[in-house]
Amino acid sequence: MSSPSGEAKRPASKGAGVYVLGGLALATVIGAGIFWFVTEPHPVSDERLAAIEAADADAARGESLFWAGGCASCHAADGAEGEDRLVLSGGHRLTSDFGTFVVPNISTDAKAGMGGWDLKSFANAMLAGIGPDGSHLYPSFPYGSYIRMSDQDVADLYAFMQTLPASDEINAPHELNFPFSIRRLVGGWKFLFLNNDPRVELANADDQLSRGQYLVEGPGHCGECHTPRNLLGGLKAAEWLAGAPNPEGEGIVPNITPGGPDISAWSASDIAYYLESGFTPDFDSVGGSMVDVQKNMAELEAADREAIAAYLKAVPSHPNGY
Amino acid sequence: MTVRTLITAATFGLAAVVAAYAAEPQEVRQEMMKQVGGATGAMAKMVKGQEDFDQAKVIEALTTISSSMAEFPAQFPEGSETGMDTEAAPAIWEKKDDFEAKAMSLKEEADAGIANPPADLDGLKAMFGPLTKSCGSCHETYRLKKEG
Ligand code: HEC
Ligand code: HEC
Ligand code: HEC
Repeated sequence: MSSPSGEAKRPASKGAGVYVLGGLALATVIGAGIFWFVTEPHPVSDERLAAIEAADADAARGESLFWAGGCASCHAADGAEGEDRLVLSGGHRLTSDFGTFVVPNISTDAKAGMGGWDLKSFANAMLAGIGPDGSHLYPSFPYGSYIRMSDQDVADLYAFMQTLPASDEINAPHELNFPFSIRRLVGGWKFLFLNNDPRVELANADDQLSRGQYLVEGPGHCGECHTPRNLLGGLKAAEWLAGAPNPEGEGIVPNITPGGPDISAWSASDIAYYLESGFTPDFDSVGGSMVDVQKNMAELEAADREAIAAYLKAVPSHPNGY
Repeated sequence: MTVRTLITAATFGLAAVVAAYAAEPQEVRQEMMKQVGGATGAMAKMVKGQEDFDQAKVIEALTTISSSMAEFPAQFPEGSETGMDTEAAPAIWEKKDDFEAKAMSLKEEADAGIANPPADLDGLKAMFGPLTKSCGSCHETYRLKKEG
């Protein structure tokens, strides 16, 4: 069996083995270094925090951001109606490919909620996806969109949230599949997908269109449902608002670019009326997870709904993303 | 009226009945919802100020909604979960009682409007908002947008 060439190879392969092992060890050290570097949390800069703290905050303006941002859709108890939607006790379960997220209590309760948080902690959650202990928050909290919010709007929203009732409800932990249970990994996701670049470039945008872009891409976080995702859970930038499979099971979230099968026939005022009333031009009524979004949209100023409609008319058209 | 026209009428009447029975439940229920949508649209046009308030038309619309909702929950037999572009959500078969209760509550609201019809536009507006909340609260759980 043993041939001269076979004999000759053995020591060589042993040597190679040592190199491979050495190389692996080195790669592991470099890899760990890169991993640590890439996954490190990056809080909001001191200059920006100072600007946010210096803003002249107004709780009344903050209320409209609260509705635009849809905080109650996730943070109010399931089935809450009317005033109860202002009790942000959490508990709603969000199912995803990575496991189930149990939405936290963000009411003013000092123990169960975020009553003890200062503006800095709040800004870090909204604009950097970082919790008060410095660890990453999961992007199921749509800070990938909220990161586009202005200093003034973050300050106003914080001021409004201080006026909301406290709830001492303590919620169950998330039920995530390994390895998604490791918060540090979210750093890799952020490295790949978190930035505050505009989602689309709109030439010669007037004030109305810019306002629409801000509301949809920022606080309104419309793309979080209406844009398809890749395997790592990042939004597919080239298919912005092209529609996506329903993350919660059967069915779809529709394409709302001008190429969408329904919306292509709607005028801007049809879109604004849908956001106000929930009715399509042929008086079908809104359904699924959009019901709650529409209730939030109904709380906005008419001009904001019109701005959103103008933006949806102006974005690039795409075929269905599902 | 001649015997021939009588026979023709009877034949057509029978044909209509047969057609109604032959239609699949998926089609029947979608047609019912289209009627409900049309009736809602007729009232919405008045609320939006695109048409003048007309009490007779409001009663007609409420009657369409009431009679459709009375029959609607019966159009979801086992085996009609998919097909013919249905947007019915699986939850209908999982929570049948709640689904029927939602249909009945819309029917009752429409019946209340028929019994005590709005006298003017303000009355219609006061009724229209709460009534149409029922649409979204059922569609939220029981209707799913599907591909196509
Ligand atoms: C799509 C659902 C969703 C929406 C909409 C949403 N959140 Fe959250 N939020 C979550 C989830 C899930 C978490 C938990 C993230 C985690 O554990 O890492 C969270 C966490 C938070 C936290 C951190 C809480 C903590 O204890 O660490 C804050 C603060 C927060 N959200 C504020 C808001 C505000 C303000 C809005 C509205 C502008 C909002 N959220 C809208 C789902 C949502
Ligand atoms: C939580 C997920 C979610 C978010 C966030 C969301 N949508 Fe939707 N949207 C849906 C779903 C689901 C539908 C389908 C509604 C139905 O079944 O009737 C929909 C439907 C629509 C439609 C009607 C399209 C059609 O073809 O019928 C429009 C317009 C729309 N959304 C605009 C928006 C805008 C603007 C925002 C941001 C302010 C937004 N959506 C945020 C889930 C979402
Ligand atoms: C009890 C539940 C329920 C209520 C209440 C309800 N709907 Fe529906 N609706 C459905 C379901 C389920 C479908 C999907 C039917 C299918 O595709 O098989 C639907 C579909 C529709 C459609 C689409 C029909 C088509 O196929 O083109 C329209 C339009 C509509 N509904 C309007 C309304 C309006 C307006 C109201 C309120 C006045 C309303 N619905 C109340 C359950 C309901």
